[in-house]
Amino acid sequence: MHWPMSPLTRRRFLLGSGGLALSAAIPNALFAYTGGSSRLVVVIMRGALDGLAAAPPYADPDYASLHRELAIAAPGAADGALKLDNSFGLHPALTFLHERYLGGELLVFHAVASPYRDRSHFDGQNVLENGLTKPVGSADGWLNRALAAMPRSAHVSERAVAVSQNVPLILRGEAPVLSKSPLATPDVDEDLLSRLADLYSKDDWFSARLSEAVQTEKLTDASGGMNANQAPPAGSAMTGKPPAVDRITGIARMAGTLMKSEGGPQIAVLEATGWDTHANQGGAKGVLAQRLAGLDRALRTLAEELGALWPQTAVLVVTEFGRTAAMNGTRGTDHGTGGCAFLAGGAIRGGRVIADWPGLSHAALLDNRDLRPTLDLRSVFKGVLDEHMHVDTKTLDSRIFPDSSNARPLQGLMRS
Amino acid sequence: MVVPEIAVLRFGLGARPGDLGNAAGDPRGWLRAQTRGAVARAGDTALASSAEIFAAVLAAREERQEMRRAAANDSDAVKLELNVLRDAYMPHYRAQVLARARSAALTTQPFAERLVHFWSNHFAVSADKGAIYGVAGTLENEAIRPHVNGRFIDLLTAVEQHPAMIAFLDNQYSVGADSEAAQFAARHNAKRQFGINENLAREILELHTLGVNGGYSQADVTSFAQIITGWSIGGGKGRLAGGETGRFYFRDNMHEPGTKVFMGKPYAQDGQAQGEAVLADLARQRSTAGFIATKLARHFIADDPPPAAVGRIAQAFLRSGGDLPQVYAALIESPEAWNADARKFKTPEDFVFSALRSLNVAPREPEEVIRSFELLGQRQYTPGSPAGWGDTAKNWDGSDSLMQRVIWATRVAERYDQGVDPVDLAASSLGSYARPDTLTALRRAASGSQALALLLMSPDFQRR
Repeated sequence: MHWPMSPLTRRRFLLGSGGLALSAAIPNALFAYTGGSSRLVVVIMRGALDGLAAAPPYADPDYASLHRELAIAAPGAADGALKLDNSFGLHPALTFLHERYLGGELLVFHAVASPYRDRSHFDGQNVLENGLTKPVGSADGWLNRALAAMPRSAHVSERAVAVSQNVPLILRGEAPVLSKSPLATPDVDEDLLSRLADLYSKDDWFSARLSEAVQTEKLTDASGGMNANQAPPAGSAMTGKPPAVDRITGIARMAGTLMKSEGGPQIAVLEATGWDTHANQGGAKGVLAQRLAGLDRALRTLAEELGALWPQTAVLVVTEFGRTAAMNGTRGTDHGTGGCAFLAGGAIRGGRVIADWPGLSHAALLDNRDLRPTLDLRSVFKGVLDEHMHVDTKTLDSRIFPDSSNARPLQGLMRS
Repeated sequence: MVVPEIAVLRFGLGARPGDLGNAAGDPRGWLRAQTRGAVARAGDTALASSAEIFAAVLAAREERQEMRRAAANDSDAVKLELNVLRDAYMPHYRAQVLARARSAALTTQPFAERLVHFWSNHFAVSADKGAIYGVAGTLENEAIRPHVNGRFIDLLTAVEQHPAMIAFLDNQYSVGADSEAAQFAARHNAKRQFGINENLAREILELHTLGVNGGYSQADVTSFAQIITGWSIGGGKGRLAGGETGRFYFRDNMHEPGTKVFMGKPYAQDGQAQGEAVLADLARQRSTAGFIATKLARHFIADDPPPAAVGRIAQAFLRSGGDLPQVYAALIESPEAWNADARKFKTPEDFVFSALRSLNVAPREPEEVIRSFELLGQRQYTPGSPAGWGDTAKNWDGSDSLMQRVIWATRVAERYDQGVDPVDLAASSLGSYARPDTLTALRRAASGSQALALLLMSPDFQRR
């Protein structure tokens, strides 16, 4: 568990420092004036990101021998990691995130995982999104349940948007949410829409969706006719390319545009795919490096688009689980457990790595193969919902994350 | 009540003019008649085989390497390099997508065609993995169509030994640590360390047979991955020489030798037969029967499949040893499937294919199909993950989706408005499923094309 020769030391979670710890005790009403000002963006990386490549624990004595040619070298070496501290770095493709780290606006969580302990992508994503300890049992997502518990804001009805054609599980539930994808949408005939509204009037299911769609169209129209300027979607028939890594940048731009529009949503959910690197993952360069560079560009675009809203924004970047500590037989990694997560934004008290590092020695690995998780991802979620979105902790423990009393909210994540 | 509308609209792909009449006499018999023999593609689009496409892509890769060597510092050359690969696989992707849409639009066996789509989605490969962009559609045509009405084990084996599946889930270079290839490398101090890749083994268990709670452990995944080491693709150079280019090829020298234990049972077979023995056992498992029955019932009956129907279908699967026509018969006989109130919200595929059939048209240009599915969010052969596309309304019912459907319906209506009375079209495409409200809206529409768009967007048409 411990390596006497290593600069890595076991870290402790941040304990609430004085004033911050009080926030849970203050009634939500006191925050009403800021209730509508906090912005939250959740980026789901589907496919299981290799946390040992995205945030390399370069000082761990077993890292390089396990991860072999997929390992990222120590800072200062050729193609080395971007230095975070004496233990951890960032993948060299993550230049924007590194800038934010140096600017005190990025937290990196490591050896983190949801409560899910098997290795199915699809069950893993369900647990990541349903907020339970098991993949089945809820058709709702935790972020939707959280919406209902957030202090009301007078000027918007739907406060969350899925920047996709359909709503991912994390945002499904009773609270109404919008969905909007960054496709060029030509104007739709108003007369047809009103006739459809009429035709749907006896069918609640269609009626609700049509009125949401019309409302979202108005938001994007009001924000300066972005439809007309929108580039065609990546991977279109016209370009003949496979879906490009930069699809996520268009999605991020759309999220920023929607959130800064008058009456726009406070919360956005984005999805990025392509992290399931079973073969030829690459190291500082290669397939995963390209994906990470695409993600990094998307986050930079999001920050630029949000502009004046950035100081009150938190961007949570998560994946369903990590990957094996050792490289597999096809220069990739198989499904694992512990990994990393990022929390960026002007509202974040960043510049820190939060990790109770278990090490990568044979004895320390989970099932002799995976980074052992020492931090529950729900503690991160709860910390953000508590300090940033002002959801009371009782509701967090009961309705939003049932059976999560062991996963205490992390405190001190936000600037006060 | 057993009505032809359910046979044609829910079990089939939507009604071409005359379909409802053809099924009217004996809806169940109309369906059962489609569950015999291989399911040929309708339409006349010529397609290259996976072996031909793999060979062409391989040649393009070699050409690209030549170009790289020739022009190391020329940035224009990089673009050219990309074009070489794209030109090799893009025409095949386009042809496959067009062929699929034409077959769906024209087939006289729409239930069998839907079953092809069902299994293609169950055994999903995704063209967004560059290496299989050109061959994603070949799995459906080469491995699924011949076996849709056969035995599950034959379908399963054909799929897991299809080069598109092997390449999609990275099994071609998965090497046993004690195999000849690995030992040779060790003796010669090769830099490359050989080992297994778990991807195909895990997804066969989780997604193709037992299901995620089907009773296997991580140790079983690893053991199964050892068992199918050597399941690879022919062609290549150096150590990878051997086999016919682009066809399934068992590489004995990569196979982990010896008996392995999988789910408590020892498998002592030699080589390729060891993996086939495991597939045969997986195809007989109760978990597999339950998993397949649940997915069939979800696809054909309801998002929350009724347990009684699932039980009957699973029983038929076990009793018949996975004889698929008997499994389909249990589905067709299930009274729950004929409940007219429980209807499924159409996926974009369902919507497009049923619209084409209702309008009695078949696309001629791949762009038309590709752009349609890009707009509607179901880019053909790219579910993005081996789990395939979601099969419940929740996967498709975002408000943005609905708006994209309105846009698509508007375009199609403008293009295909040919002066057909919309009320007549509602009758031939929806039969008794066209509600009076819908017919009233059609009669009052401002134009023929607006009426057509309203018909396509009506709740009656959007559900099956």
